[in-house]
Amino acid sequence: MGDALRQLPPLIASHIMLAAAAMGLALLIGVPLGLASARRPRLAAVALGLAGLVQTIPGLALLALFYPLLLAFSALIGGGLPALGFLPALLALTLYALLPILRNVVAGLQGIDPAVLQAADAVGMTPGQRLRLVEAPLAAPVAMAGIRTAAVWTIGAATLATTVGYPSLGNPIFAGLQIERWDLVLAGCLAAAALALVTDALLGLIERGIGRRRRLFTLTGISLLILGLLLACLPLLRAPQRSVTIGAKNFSEQYILARLIGGRLEQAGYRVTYREGLGSAVAFRALQSGDIDVYVEYSGTLWADTMRRTDTPPRDVMLDGIGKWMAAGPKTALVGPLGFENAYALAVRPDSGLTTVADLARKAPDLTLGADLEFLDRPEWRAIREAYGLHFRATRAYSPTFMYRALRSGQADAISAFSSDGRIAADHLTILADPKGAIPHYDAILLVSPTRARDVRFLAALRPLVNGISVENMRAANYSVDRDTGKQTPEAAARWLDARVRGSR
Amino acid sequence: MSTEALAYEQVSRRYAGVSAVDYVSLKVAQGSFVALVGASGSGKSTLLRLANRLDVPDTGRVLIDGQDVAHLDPIALRRGIGYVFQNIGLFPHLNVAENIGIIPRLAGRDAVDVGAALERVGLSPDLATRLPSQLSGGQQQRVGIARALAGEGKLLLMDEPFGALDPVTRDTLGQTVRRLHDDLALTTILVTHDMAEALLLADRIVVMAQGRVVADATPREMLGGMAGAEADALVAVPREQARKLDKLAHG
Repeated sequence: MGDALRQLPPLIASHIMLAAAAMGLALLIGVPLGLASARRPRLAAVALGLAGLVQTIPGLALLALFYPLLLAFSALIGGGLPALGFLPALLALTLYALLPILRNVVAGLQGIDPAVLQAADAVGMTPGQRLRLVEAPLAAPVAMAGIRTAAVWTIGAATLATTVGYPSLGNPIFAGLQIERWDLVLAGCLAAAALALVTDALLGLIERGIGRRRRLFTLTGISLLILGLLLACLPLLRAPQRSVTIGAKNFSEQYILARLIGGRLEQAGYRVTYREGLGSAVAFRALQSGDIDVYVEYSGTLWADTMRRTDTPPRDVMLDGIGKWMAAGPKTALVGPLGFENAYALAVRPDSGLTTVADLARKAPDLTLGADLEFLDRPEWRAIREAYGLHFRATRAYSPTFMYRALRSGQADAISAFSSDGRIAADHLTILADPKGAIPHYDAILLVSPTRARDVRFLAALRPLVNGISVENMRAANYSVDRDTGKQTPEAAARWLDARVRGSR
Repeated sequence: MSTEALAYEQVSRRYAGVSAVDYVSLKVAQGSFVALVGASGSGKSTLLRLANRLDVPDTGRVLIDGQDVAHLDPIALRRGIGYVFQNIGLFPHLNVAENIGIIPRLAGRDAVDVGAALERVGLSPDLATRLPSQLSGGQQQRVGIARALAGEGKLLLMDEPFGALDPVTRDTLGQTVRRLHDDLALTTILVTHDMAEALLLADRIVVMAQGRVVADATPREMLGGMAGAEADALVAVPREQARKLDKLAHG
């Protein structure tokens, strides 16, 4: 837990910055819009309807949607707009916070006794005086309740900003979920919850101060909020001005490799930040736009998903094709393969006596295949089945952990594994060879952004990693992070792996 | 020629095609206490609201001290006219003193003597720090009147100010208003649908029906049956009640 706690302060700081900025922007939009809507029923219906519609989009999806939107908009205005990180998170959270603010400002204003408003006019208030002296203070308690709701939502939802590469308290949560480090998950959740509770209490103090005409309450609440915000900003003052950003998708191997790359780059004199937990579709586009400088991709993913190729060429042909495609189009660069694959593979128990998929095909009618939840629907399965004429007696789908247990206990005779999964080594499983080359290659490949493609020092720091990592070492590193007992941190696994990079030290 | 405190010249006001005020001409002399009487929807409240530009006429002119209100700044105009209405409309988040002091505060003038303002309307100065919700209905309306008078205008417009109060409170508050009218040399227009109240408080009674003035006379003339059929019908109610009460008392 101590390790988990040490990571928190800078994350809390950036989390608060994001939530505060989103709340500020939402107030800047929501309050005037609420004022305008309160006396215009049609505008109120449209504004509340739209804000309500936004609310029905799941937070994760809303954040993800801003990525292509911002990319397209950036292209429209000639580039320069960051599509990853702070901006999409800010916009999504602002939209999210809008509904409770808008709704309660409108409700607060509409709830004012018409006689009071008539009196305000009759004593000769200007519209500005009426707003400041009568409408604002009377609507404030209801409006503040909405602002409190919005603040609590925003602080909670800001954890999702991690998925678009903005560091938040979601970092330990998402990383912890992936590598089953519950102390990290707990640290992130508790910190976010504490932040929300404290903010809610301070806003509640302000609300009571306004409602009961206790200026002391209001001023205390406001001062403490500002103080907290300033304290949160302190760590950012010392943040590096120029640094490189390493991307990672959302599983253990990616976390470990990101730290390995980070260590090498730090030794080469770079300041390093990490954007972890990126969605698979987001990562390459982030590299293309320079939001991240380097990350590890898998050749088959790029080949099929990004390049939209449907053929299954041999390894070298695929790598060559990727290199040429990148040079021609996205201007990113392929530094090289790391030396192992994380491909779909069929694995069997060590005592099965099988060595190739062709061996398996002969016995398959008597055997049961255990697969992960998506394998049976994937083109890889179709390719293997057709190439070898595989017909199992039965196929069953499991979540990964149970799939390995099913193989161990004999409920399944062959499973769909990932070739770099640590459990293959731990269970001494046999990976069946694919003599017909039916399974697409998923070589781990090191990709760099267009800018870094011309950065000689940067490339020199990474080149030793090319073909430097054996699949056995990667499996062992993955297992040290994934196993149930005696877990290592990705940092520790990365250090271990770094010492075993072929040809180093 | 003396200028009237308030004058309407061929004033009309329609809402969605229906006439609320239908070409009314009326002159109110300085210092007079005029009761505007009529059934609901007869246009008496609208006529009142045209005076301080809470409403705007479709045709005609409204003059205050000889000046067309359409050419006056509505904000300054309202600060100089006392306006009291049935729903009172005290600012619930301001205490009694702040409510009474609102017009001088808005106008940037010196603060009023709240104690004196409260005593003038028959309230204890101790109430100054109370919130409106801590007062009875009658006390609230007295604060409402004090607030209206704090603008130091000489014209006081009252739109059914006693409508929501119990009979005893109505009566004492009515007497307070009449006393203030005399002491401060005000010009007062009182909208009411209670003919007895009008007869007892006002110097002059204007009866309205369907947006028009149908009778305009002193209380004595009204009681004498010299003000026309509509006026007679309205006067008949309290007269009949008084006769029955008298009969009840004396057998």
